[in-house]
Amino acid sequence: MNLIEYVSQPWPWYVAGPLIAVVMTLLLIFGKKFGISSNLETICTIAGAGKFVDYFKVDWKKQVWNLVFVLGCVIGGYIAQNFLMSGDQIAISDATVDSLKAYGLAQPGQGYLPDQFLGWEGLTSMSGLIMMVFGGLFVGFGTRYAGGCTSGHAISGLSNLQLPSLIAVVGFFIGGLITTHFILPILFAL
Amino acid sequence: MKFIKYLLVGIVFGIILTKAEVTSWYRIFEMFNFQSFHMYGVIGSAVGLGILSIALIKKSNIHSTEGVPISIKPKEGGVLRLLIGGTIFGLGWAMTGACPGPMFIILGQGYSAFIVVILSAIVGAFLYGLMKKRLPH
Repeated sequence: MNLIEYVSQPWPWYVAGPLIAVVMTLLLIFGKKFGISSNLETICTIAGAGKFVDYFKVDWKKQVWNLVFVLGCVIGGYIAQNFLMSGDQIAISDATVDSLKAYGLAQPGQGYLPDQFLGWEGLTSMSGLIMMVFGGLFVGFGTRYAGGCTSGHAISGLSNLQLPSLIAVVGFFIGGLITTHFILPILFAL
Repeated sequence: MKFIKYLLVGIVFGIILTKAEVTSWYRIFEMFNFQSFHMYGVIGSAVGLGILSIALIKKSNIHSTEGVPISIKPKEGGVLRLLIGGTIFGLGWAMTGACPGPMFIILGQGYSAFIVVILSAIVGAFLYGLMKKRLPH
């Protein structure tokens, strides 16, 4: 097996997790902190939100590095998807496949996401529209309200033994469980 | 040129999350159904090594590449903002299957419709700035 074939296998958690810690550490060594959701605010500032709300009147130039990081994320996703994949089947558990089939999803785990809800097709249905537009609004609003997302609170904050981050992560799970167990079943049935 | 290192680290991050399927909506659904250890393993081992890494940085007093000692600001408290904000984010995380980083990675993977999710998240951040003074913190 050559190197490209080797990295084309899905990576196990014990490879990915430590590598994420390396990414966080590299950013600290560069004098920055690993936190992606603040980019959403920076984009608001660049788009001129400071004219309407003082909160966005900040010097965005200090955040350019983070926007560049996010641009890298886009490129990384492109590279991995086009050059480092062995197939498009996600290795989710049989139990998850069964749960999703019970909700009427045709091919769970085929591709990264269910196109009928989260692709362009999704925008033509009420459930897809809610998942994409309201889902996005909640992510943007919630991460800024809580002062961080998975990178800022769950990875960086917990690694720095921050109690506020632990409380935020508890919140992430309360919200995620509510959506998964109470809201998605309704949306799948619409 | 000084930004190229952030671009490279971002590219590596995008590849890691794609290859570990962390950017998959199905993986997030599976995690919130407790049907696999995968996501808990990814986050748990990242935090495990992260704790070690930050402890070492603090102990060694090393300087960043910008020449100043590495200092990590503590996260701000306010239980209400953390719990309510965190819960609202969690609602959206399980709907879109994406946190703010993966949104951009998914776009790069070729799911162009995710531009709608990203724009919605930007509007969400704007709404927070607009309403901040009236929200409990």
